[in-house]
Amino acid sequence: MIAGPLQLLAPDGTVPAGEAVDAYADYRMDAAQLLAAYRFMVSARAADEWAFSLHRQGRLHTYAPSTGQEANSVGSIMALRQDDWFVQSYRELGGLMARGVPLSNYFLYWLGYEAGNDNEVDEFHLMPVAIPIASQLPHAVGLAQAERYLGTDRLAIGFIGDGGTSEGDFHEAMNFAGVWKAPVIIFVQNNQYAISLPRSRQTASNTIAEKAGAYGMRGVQVDGNDVTAVFAATAEAAEIVRSGGLPTLIEGVTYRVAAHTTSDDPNRYREIDEVAAWKNRDPIVRLQKLLRSRGLASEEELQASIEEARQHARDEFDRVEASAAPALEEGFQHLYAELPPLLQAQLSERRRLQERTGK
Amino acid sequence: MSAANLVTSVNAGLAVALESDERVVMYGQDIGRNGGVFQATAGLQERFGERRVFDVPLAESGIVGTAIGMAVAGLRPVVEMQFSGFVYPAFNQIVSHVARLRNRTRGSMSLPMVIRMPYGGAVRALEHHSESMEAIFAHVPGLKVVIPSTPHDAKGLLLAAVRDPDPVIFMEPKRLYHSPQQEIPEGDYELPLGQARVVQEGDAVTVIGYGGQMRDIRAAAAHLKRQDIAIEVIDLRTIYPFDQETVVESVRKTGRLLVVHEGPRSFGVGAEIVSFATEEAFMYLDAPPRRLTGTDTIIPLPASEHFYFMQPEHIVDAVLELIET
Repeated sequence: MIAGPLQLLAPDGTVPAGEAVDAYADYRMDAAQLLAAYRFMVSARAADEWAFSLHRQGRLHTYAPSTGQEANSVGSIMALRQDDWFVQSYRELGGLMARGVPLSNYFLYWLGYEAGNDNEVDEFHLMPVAIPIASQLPHAVGLAQAERYLGTDRLAIGFIGDGGTSEGDFHEAMNFAGVWKAPVIIFVQNNQYAISLPRSRQTASNTIAEKAGAYGMRGVQVDGNDVTAVFAATAEAAEIVRSGGLPTLIEGVTYRVAAHTTSDDPNRYREIDEVAAWKNRDPIVRLQKLLRSRGLASEEELQASIEEARQHARDEFDRVEASAAPALEEGFQHLYAELPPLLQAQLSERRRLQERTGK
Repeated sequence: MSAANLVTSVNAGLAVALESDERVVMYGQDIGRNGGVFQATAGLQERFGERRVFDVPLAESGIVGTAIGMAVAGLRPVVEMQFSGFVYPAFNQIVSHVARLRNRTRGSMSLPMVIRMPYGGAVRALEHHSESMEAIFAHVPGLKVVIPSTPHDAKGLLLAAVRDPDPVIFMEPKRLYHSPQQEIPEGDYELPLGQARVVQEGDAVTVIGYGGQMRDIRAAAAHLKRQDIAIEVIDLRTIYPFDQETVVESVRKTGRLLVVHEGPRSFGVGAEIVSFATEEAFMYLDAPPRRLTGTDTIIPLPASEHFYFMQPEHIVDAVLELIET
C-alpha cells in the first residue's frame, strides 16, 4: 500500500523520485500521450469556460462545469481502449474529448436536446449523461459482466462523485462488482463538494478508496490533478481487471473549482482562500510545466493550443445553435421501438391542437 | 399440448426463452438452486447452467441496474423481483433509466429486458407481499406493463415480452399461480402485447378486468349466464399500452361498462379505462360506467384482506344494478 494519493508529477512540474514512481514505471505516458492529454484537457477547459459564458449571455440553460477536474477524466479514459464502456455521470467533459466525442453533441445536450446523447454506440461505447446520482454505477457493472458473458475482454469504467458514494447504488454496484469479480473500474471524482456539502460531511471514512476493501475490490487513491498518475493507476487497474483480477475503485482527489452548476454561488458555502489554493494546483498548468521542462512544447505552442480550442468551442456552439430546432414529434419518436396506437392518437391530438392554436 | 397451471406455464415460457436465445440470462434472489420462492424458475439452473440462471445479492436496485448494463451490451436479461412489494428500491432505476434510455439516446440504445414479479393478494401472505401497483408502472412513459391471468396467456405473453425490443414489467398474479390446469402448447408461441382478449361475448354489460380478479369475473359471468344475462368479459392482458380498440368496440356494443381490479381506485387502471370509454363512446352509454376496485386504503394484513378484494357476488350485484339503470 502507498501512503497518500499516488503522485507521479508534482505541482511544480517535477517528477518525484521514490518507490511509488518506480512501481508505476510500466504505465508512464509517452511524449505523444502527454501532448494528446494536453490537447484534450485544454479542449475541455475551453468548452467549459465558453459554456459558462454562454449561460451568462442567456444562450445556454443551466450548465454543470468540469473545470479543474480534467486530469481525472482525461487520464482515466486515455488509459483505456476505445471499445471499453465509458459510463459517465455529468462532469466528464475531459473524458468525452479523449474518447473523441464531437463537442457539438455535448453542446446539443446542454442546449436541451436528447439528440446530444445520440453518440454512435459501436464507435464510442459511451452511456449517456446520468443525472440521478450514482444510479449509473450498476449499469457499468452490468456492462462489464455482460462482456465477460459474451467472451470479450472489454471492461467498463463508471464515474461518480464523492457525494454519490453516499447513495445506495454505490454500495449495490460495488457489492455486485466484488461478488461477480466483474471487469469494472469505479472512478470516484472526489471533487470535495456535493453542491454545498463538503467531503468531510459526506463520509466519516478517511479515504474513499479504502471503502473498496469491504467489497473485495482493490482501492487506489490518486492525485486527481496529476494526469500522469491518473493514467498510470487506471492503466494498471485495466490490466488487472481485464485479466480476471479484482475490480478496482480509483479515488481521484481533485477540486470542483467552479460552481456545482450555473444555478448556485459557491461563495455561500466555501472560503475563497480554499478555492485559490486549489487553483494553484491546476492540472493543466502542471502538465504545461512538464511539457516545457521536457522540451515537448514551447510556451507559444502551449498557448496556441488553448487559442485553437477556444475558437473550436465557439465555432461548434455557433453551428449547433444555428441548426438545432425542436420538433413536436421528438418525444414520441423514440419512446418505443414502435409507437403504440394509444400514443399515435395522443400525437395526432397534439398536432391538432397545434393546428388550431398555432402553439 | 400439455397441462400447466400459471406458475408452471411461466416456468415453461422461461425455459423456451433460454433455449431459443443464448442472449437470454436470468437472475434474481433465490431463483437458482431454490427455483424461486414460487418455483417459477424451478429446474432452470440445473438445465441451463449457472452461467445463464443465477442468484445475486439481495439488492433490487442492483438487480435492475445491472440488467440495464447487460441489455445495452447485447444480452436479454429477465430479472425477478421476489415480490412486487419489494420492487420499490429499484424504482429509481426503472423510472429514471429503464423507461427512458431509448428516448434519451434517440433510439441508439434500447433495453430489451423483462422485470418479472408476483403481484397481488389473496394468498394470506405477510405484510408488503400483496401489493398491486400496476397503475404506478403504467403511469411511467416508456414502460410496457403486462399481466396474464391464464396459463396459456402467461407463457405466450412472457415469450413476447422477452423478445420485445423494449422493457416490459411482467406482473404475475400469485393467487392464480396454482389455478386449475389448462392445456397449453408445449413449444414456442407468442401472444401479441397490447391486445386484450374477449373471454366471453355478451351484450348486457362490458366487464373489463385482468390478472388476479379474472377468476372472480369469470365466476360472476357463469352465475349471470344461468340467469340468461350475457356479459361481455374482457381480459386486458396488457395494462400499458392497453387495447383501446377492443374496449371501445365492446362499450359501443353493450352501452354499459364495469371495470374490476385489485389496486386502489383513485388514479387507477379503472380510472383510465372509464375516462377513455367515456370520451370515445359517450353517446353509446346507457348508464354511468362503474368501477369495482380496491379502495384507496392500504391492503390489510391476512386476517382482513378478504374485505379488500371484489368477490363474484360483488360483480354480479354491480352488473345487475347497471342493467337496472
